[in-house]
Amino acid sequence: MSQAADVALLPPAIELVGIDKRFGAVHANRAVSLAVAAGTIHGIVGENGAGKSTLMNILHGFYQADAGEIRVDGTAIAVRSPEDAIRAGIDMVHQHFMLVSTFTVLENLVLGVKGGWRLAPALGRARRELLRLADEFGLEIDPDAVVGDLPVGPRQRVEILKALYRGARILILDEPTSVLTPAETARLFAVLRALKARGVTVVLITHKLREIMEITDTVSVMRQGAMVAHRVTAETDRESLAELMVGRKVPLGLDKQAARPGDVALAVRGLSVVDDLGVTRVDDVGFEVRAGEIVGIAGVSGNGQSELLAALAGMEPFPQGEVRFAGTVMTPALPGDPGDLRTRGLAHVPEDRLGDGVVGAFPAWENVILGYHDDPAYRRVVLIDRPAILADCAAKMAKYDVRPADPHLATHGFSGGNQQKLVIARELERAPSVLLVGQPTRGVDIGAIEFIHKTLLAMRDAGCAVLLVSVELEEIMALADRILVMFEGRIVGEVAGETADERTLGLLMANAAEGDGDGSR
Amino acid sequence: MDEHFLLAVLTLDATLRVATPLILCAMAGLISERSGIIDISLEGKMLGAAFAAAAVAHVSGSEWVGLLAAVLTGAMLSLVHGFACITHNGSQVVSGVAVNILMSGLTVTLGIAWFAQGGQTPGLGEAERFRPLLWPGTEALREVPVLGTLYRELLSGHNLLVYVALAAVPLVWWGLYRTRFGLRLRAVGENPEAVDTAGISVAWLRYRAVLLAGLLAGIAGAYLSTAQNGAFVRDMTAGQGYIALAAMIFGKWRPVPALGACLLFGFLDALAVRLQGVALPGVGEIPVQFIQALPYVLTVVLLAGFMGRAVAPKAIGIPYVKER
Repeated sequence: MSQAADVALLPPAIELVGIDKRFGAVHANRAVSLAVAAGTIHGIVGENGAGKSTLMNILHGFYQADAGEIRVDGTAIAVRSPEDAIRAGIDMVHQHFMLVSTFTVLENLVLGVKGGWRLAPALGRARRELLRLADEFGLEIDPDAVVGDLPVGPRQRVEILKALYRGARILILDEPTSVLTPAETARLFAVLRALKARGVTVVLITHKLREIMEITDTVSVMRQGAMVAHRVTAETDRESLAELMVGRKVPLGLDKQAARPGDVALAVRGLSVVDDLGVTRVDDVGFEVRAGEIVGIAGVSGNGQSELLAALAGMEPFPQGEVRFAGTVMTPALPGDPGDLRTRGLAHVPEDRLGDGVVGAFPAWENVILGYHDDPAYRRVVLIDRPAILADCAAKMAKYDVRPADPHLATHGFSGGNQQKLVIARELERAPSVLLVGQPTRGVDIGAIEFIHKTLLAMRDAGCAVLLVSVELEEIMALADRILVMFEGRIVGEVAGETADERTLGLLMANAAEGDGDGSR
Repeated sequence: MDEHFLLAVLTLDATLRVATPLILCAMAGLISERSGIIDISLEGKMLGAAFAAAAVAHVSGSEWVGLLAAVLTGAMLSLVHGFACITHNGSQVVSGVAVNILMSGLTVTLGIAWFAQGGQTPGLGEAERFRPLLWPGTEALREVPVLGTLYRELLSGHNLLVYVALAAVPLVWWGLYRTRFGLRLRAVGENPEAVDTAGISVAWLRYRAVLLAGLLAGIAGAYLSTAQNGAFVRDMTAGQGYIALAAMIFGKWRPVPALGACLLFGFLDALAVRLQGVALPGVGEIPVQFIQALPYVLTVVLLAGFMGRAVAPKAIGIPYVKER
């Protein structure tokens, strides 16, 4: 390992040697080796499915490697369960938090700790230690708050505190910033630096190269289950890391022409959406999208963007407001029907691909006609026209570069990016006049992201009105001609696409007047 | 006045007797379901345990050996349920129904084979049953108005298992909310992944939960055949396992409200018995069938109409499989 030379005197805090892991036919880790020096922040980058999370879950004992060795401080240890890992001082903050939402912060802290069978003394000890740790690392939290009531940022602090309370000296964080606002991310990084200053070794899994450059000392790149490079962060740059991740040159900017907006294609006025629990998720929202422009909706996940998109797509009834589109008006009394809206030229690429976009167990060819199965082109009297659909699917797979180009493969057998290409092919090939897109590149690898972004821009240039909802600021800034920011169901600001910068948007997203995190759900 | 008072006290007394198996089963279901395992099989476990208790008490001549057999039967059936749905990730509802059907048939088959009395077990003598315990001072207080009657009829004079059921409620509450085991048990029903990544075995926790449930359901079964009655009769549980399950859900998976629901259902049952053949003013005599259906009808009405939003443990019914 190149970085091992820098700290030749001490054995690395973690050393993985020849880790190999298969899940059925998927070879998730191929003889991966890695060394992380004690007291450093080490980044692991790679596309989705490159095997980063699998590797770290093996280190944390959640999965067991088929072959290979784990060494901590130079000593080989057996990690058969998270219990073994925790005993060796290794702990992990998972991408999906491992918290019991009905429990208080303290109860979550105590959950994994050994001790007497009575709870009260354990809670007392945990409270004292929690306050000490919170003070030392800047992790303020109310010990008695119920976790389910906390916003995402504080929840993540609970996860970190949980690890520290269990005595972690090696902390793995899996995509910790994917749910945070820029301000919360900055705060997290301050905590990581404080941890490093006190000798904790941090391993950070991310796909955001900017964060790697900002916070890590060393970085490793994974591609298709294998470790392809180790670098000292100061001696590398984003372009070369991106190239290592994908295995070819990736242009990091898009070649985007100025928009030529036409007539209003979608007009929303006074729209409100209330969820099952009676909480107002979208609050009096109004905007217009013109033909030939992309309007982006930015915001921290859970601030009403999903509900807004669902309402516009006719999937969610709304008690107030009106939506005008292609000569029709949707009102609470006359809600839109998703099928009817489609025939009028509204296409929808839903946020939750596997939940709303495709049926995972269906083969690709069935998903490519999902929702359009009544189209005469796919029909033969009463039966469906299989040869025609298969040919249609093959053509779309070729045009949208879906791999493998096998119409018979079950859809969940495709990678996230290729599933998304199937959905996009289905929706865009109808030449819609209005396109609603939610999180188009969530769980999609860099190569496919580039393709999807280019496709969306091409739709815009062809005169389609595009409404783009994304929690990825970089994506919004790269694509949108106008950016609306949502906070707690309201649109709290509009920024022109070419003048937008992360700082301004970040402040709007956090509704800065209310401070960090307090207001978000 | 005195007569009405005595009638009321006797009805409450009957409530307690009817509610005892419900309380034990509701606590059993509560422990199992808080750990994330649906326990439809309460009915079958109770039935199997009732048969085991009566059969073994008859053969051994001791109600205590019968109780032990009942508890072991409950625990064994729990292990079957657990093996299917914890170890092999089977459907918890299907596995539970399987236990119920199995016990409904097996008890009768074994009963015919062993005792040749049409599926019943031979009647137990007084010495082979749990007898009412008379509390000290019952006779001395006999003449004290109100208090004497309350003490004699309501507090004193029940068999041991009734008191066990009543004691089970605070015990379960304390275990769930005041011990580390209880914290983990509740956590595993909400988010088993969090428990797993904390280095605690999800399967072992859930096995312990279903074993405890089997134990309590076993006591309930022993109560039916060796305390409340003096023999096992085919299908003698008569849906009480399901009613207990309903009471537990009505109590929103919490011990004390579940106790309340069990007492309510028990009271309706006791009331139904009292109302048989009684002419109500303005209504006249109510047909027996209607009275007997009343507790079940009210169960449905209460569950459907007055329950409010019940929030079940989040991971209930979902086998824990490490995600990939």
